[in-house]
Amino acid sequence: MNTASLIVFDGLLLISIVSLAWAALATTDARRSVILFMAFGLLLAVAWARLLAPDVALAEAAIGAGLSGALLLAATNDHSRQPATAQTETTRTEPDRRVGMAIQWTVTLLCAALAVALAWALAYAFDSTAKDTLARAVSAHLDVSGVSNPVTAVLLNFRAYDTLLELAVLLTAVLGIFALGPARADYQEAGPIFDGLTHWLVPVLILMAGYLLWVGAHAPGGAFQAGATLAAAGIVLRLAGRHHFGLPAGSTLRITLAVGVGMFLLVGLALLAVGRPFLGYPTAWAGILILLIESAAMLAIAATLVSAFVGGRPNPIAINTGEKP
Amino acid sequence: MLTTQWLYALSGCVLIALGLRSALLHRSLLQRVLAINVMGSGVFMLLIAIAYRGPTLSPDPVPHALVLTGIVVAVSATALALALARRLSTERNDE
Amino acid sequence: MTDILSSLLIVAGLFFFLAGSIGLLRFPDLYSRLHALTKADNLGLGLLIAGLAIHAQDLFTALKLLLIWLAVLAASATSAHLIARHARRQETGP
Repeated sequence: MNTASLIVFDGLLLISIVSLAWAALATTDARRSVILFMAFGLLLAVAWARLLAPDVALAEAAIGAGLSGALLLAATNDHSRQPATAQTETTRTEPDRRVGMAIQWTVTLLCAALAVALAWALAYAFDSTAKDTLARAVSAHLDVSGVSNPVTAVLLNFRAYDTLLELAVLLTAVLGIFALGPARADYQEAGPIFDGLTHWLVPVLILMAGYLLWVGAHAPGGAFQAGATLAAAGIVLRLAGRHHFGLPAGSTLRITLAVGVGMFLLVGLALLAVGRPFLGYPTAWAGILILLIESAAMLAIAATLVSAFVGGRPNPIAINTGEKP
Repeated sequence: MLTTQWLYALSGCVLIALGLRSALLHRSLLQRVLAINVMGSGVFMLLIAIAYRGPTLSPDPVPHALVLTGIVVAVSATALALALARRLSTERNDE
Repeated sequence: MTDILSSLLIVAGLFFFLAGSIGLLRFPDLYSRLHALTKADNLGLGLLIAGLAIHAQDLFTALKLLLIWLAVLAASATSAHLIARHARRQETGP
C-alpha cells in the first residue's frame, strides 16, 4: 500500500469523523444527534484499527458506539414521553439576545484558541523525540506477565491497580444509578421476528464473550470487550421484553456487580498473605490469576452496563428465575 | 514525527474544541452529555496518535490501555449523568 | 490470480454499497429507503466478505468472516422489519 493513498484514506476518514461530530452536536433533535453520535463512534473504531490499536477498536465499537448509543437512545425515549417544558424558550428581549450572541462568540473563540494551544503543545511534545521508555519496559517484561497481548499485560499486570480502581468507578456509578430512582418500565414483548433473532443471537453473543475473554491473553480482546458483548446480550433480551432474563435478581445481582472488585481484592490480599506485594503475581501463576480476575471483571462489567441500561433500582417485587445474562 | 500522527492528533484537537464548545453552550442536558463524550473521543484520538509508531513498528501499548480504561469509565459516567438528568426532569415535572 | 478475484469481488461489493447509499439519500419515502439499504448492503457486504475470505490465512478466519455476514444479515433484516412496522403503525394509528 503506498503512502499517498493511505493519506487520502486518513483524510477522508477524519473529515467524516469531524463532520459527524459537528452534525451530532449541531442538531437540536435529540434522537438524530444520538444516531449521528453512534455513526461517529463506529468510524472512530475504524480509525483505531487504522492506527494499529485493535483492542481499543473492539472496545469502541462495542461500548463507545453500541452501548453508549443504547443508553442515550433510552434516555431520548424518556424525554419524548414527558411534556416538553425545557424546550419552550421564553421570548427574549433585544439586549438579552445580544448578550447571548456575545457569550456564544466568546466561547467559540476560546475553544478554537484551546485547539490551537493543544496543537502547539503537541508540536513541542513530538519534537522532543519520544524516548519510548514505557513501551520498552512493557516489551522487556512481557514474558513474565503471564500473557502475550501487551495491552492486557498493562491492564491486568503492570497497572493492575488502575484497573482495580476502574472497576470501583463502575461499581460507584451503578450504585449512584440505583440511588437515583426505580428502573424504567419493561419493554413490550417482541413479535415473532425479533423473538426469533434473540433465540440465536443471544447464545452467539454469550459464546463470543467467552471467546473474547479467552483470546485476550494473546490477541486483541479481554475483559472489557467480553463484558460489553455479554451486556449486549442482556440488552437484546430486555429489548425483546424478556425482563426476567436480562439480569439476575436480588442478592445475586448485588454479588455480580461487586464480583469484579471483590475478586481483584481477594487475589491481591491472598498474594499479600503469602508474602508477595499486593497484586504482584508470581510468574508461574500470573496467567491463571489474570484469567480469574478477568472472568470476574467480565461478569461485573456486563451486569453494570445492563443495570445502567435498565436505568435504576431493579423492581424488588419482580421475583425471577435468577438466570444470568 | 509522521504525517499520519499529525493528521489524527490535529483532528483530536478539533474534536476536543468542538465538544467543549457544545458542552458549554447547549441547553439540553442530553446533548451536553453527548458533547462531553465527543470531547473524550478527542482526547482518546490524541493518545492513540501519540502511541502510533508507523506501519512497521508495533505501537506503544500503554496509551492503548489508558484509552481502553477511558472508554469504560466514559460509558459509566455517561450512564450516571443520564440517570441524574432523568431524575432532574421528573423532579421538575412534579413541581 | 486470487488477488484479481478478490479485488473483483471487493469492487463489486463496494458498488452495491454505493448503490445502497445513493438509494438511502435519494429515495422518496422510508419504505423504499429501507429496501435500498438492506438489500443492496447485504449483498455488498456478502461480496466484500467473499473477497476478504479468499485472502484469509486459514479456514478459521474465513469462518469468522462468514459469521459476521450472517449476523449482519439477521440483524439488518430484523431491524428493517421493526422500523417498517413502527412506521406503519404510526401511519394507521394505534
